[in-house]
Amino acid sequence: MTENRKIKVLVCKPGLDGHDRGAKVIARALRDAGMEVIYTGIHQTPDDIVNTIIQEDPDAVMLSMLSGSHNAICPVIMQKLKEQNIDDVLVAVGGIIPNEDKPFLEQHGLKGFHGPGTDLKTIVEFVQNNLKR
Amino acid sequence: MEYSNLITKLLEGNTRAAARLITIVENDIDAAETIINSIFRNTGNAYILGITGAPGSGKSTFISNLTDIFIEQEKNVGIICVDPTSPITGGALLGDRIRMKQHFNLDRVFIRSMANRGQLGGLARATEDVIKILDAYGCDVIIVETVGVGQSEVDIFKSAETVILLLVPGLGDDIQAIKAGIMEITDIFVVNKMDFPGADRKVAEISQMLELNSSFKYQSDQLRDEYSKLVAWTPEIVKVNSKTGENFKELLEIIKKHTKFLEDTGIISNYLKNRIKSETLQILKHKLQKKVEDLINSNQKDIEQYINKVIEKSLDPYSMADLIIKMLGIEK
Repeated sequence: MTENRKIKVLVCKPGLDGHDRGAKVIARALRDAGMEVIYTGIHQTPDDIVNTIIQEDPDAVMLSMLSGSHNAICPVIMQKLKEQNIDDVLVAVGGIIPNEDKPFLEQHGLKGFHGPGTDLKTIVEFVQNNLKR
Repeated sequence: MEYSNLITKLLEGNTRAAARLITIVENDIDAAETIINSIFRNTGNAYILGITGAPGSGKSTFISNLTDIFIEQEKNVGIICVDPTSPITGGALLGDRIRMKQHFNLDRVFIRSMANRGQLGGLARATEDVIKILDAYGCDVIIVETVGVGQSEVDIFKSAETVILLLVPGLGDDIQAIKAGIMEITDIFVVNKMDFPGADRKVAEISQMLELNSSFKYQSDQLRDEYSKLVAWTPEIVKVNSKTGENFKELLEIIKKHTKFLEDTGIISNYLKNRIKSETLQILKHKLQKKVEDLINSNQKDIEQYINKVIEKSLDPYSMADLIIKMLGIEK
């Protein structure tokens, strides 16, 4: 390639959850690590998110969820991605994800599960090391 | 060919193929050449509208409203939003989608965020290529949102048929309005946030500035040819409220008037010629720059010698540049 490929990341907040400080901190950290970060804002439906993924073609999607609705919403997003044959995007969820929910989310192909207090460097490296393309 | 599958799908109107091709042309200039080469015949159908203005003047919200109207008219709309890349880390935060309403009919609207990757002028290097991909994909209207601009980011003038500059009340006085740069390349002035105090004053300042323009209009034939799009058209001013959609119908009439003007006067063909000229020049610059960089990298020793000579004052930088041009095999 003639130019260096940039890692493109989508950061969004699914569902009825307005607490976006965490998402903004993550977006900023990834930006400072040299990535191109799209922040979509709050109240995103699974359809919104999948539509944005189709159009923006990101390498990774970071879902920030503090509302407790991760078990309901995340599998829907993964299902819709499957329907679109999108299998080369890293999808991570973070925020408040109880340990007992992780195996269920992992089954659906989600990764990450970084909670409050995670070192930003850890999250940057997580993205860099888990890309699917 | 490597990308033929994606290109076939793009021409069938496949959204994912369009998105993936955009990623490729953004990242790889050689691939962009191949791709544009094979889709170029399918371009030229879209109307390109440039939206520019200072950071926070409301470009994204304005575009969201305008898009609603285009959807009502059953147009397919492509939106390209350019945001700046950090000069320090190379990263970027692309936040224009936040303002774009989610209820956009998904089949009719394609929004793509781009980082400018250090390119000056208000657009990204690949913006022209992305316009072509969206054109071939089947967009009737392509709206290009520049980065939040200052006074001199005027590249959009070369890419768009109609340039809209968004201004807001309370920023700058009448002196700002007569400065060179962005005010000169604008076809339609929109005073956004018309509910704020000072909107009428802003309109008055712009119209005073435009009255002074008449003296510039007849300066020289050369100017008249290259900039005929600007010279013959008297820019219109409209104030709008992007939150409520007030005055957008009027704005649309003005946009129509401008497109009709371009066609009726035949200026559109002039504009196309100039656009091709400036785009080709841009490509040439990139190609030659790459050649020079490769040459310098593979002839470090010679270059080092020249540099030492310049330090010793037995050579000056202009002559050194000539020596490098000779190495390229081009006559001075």
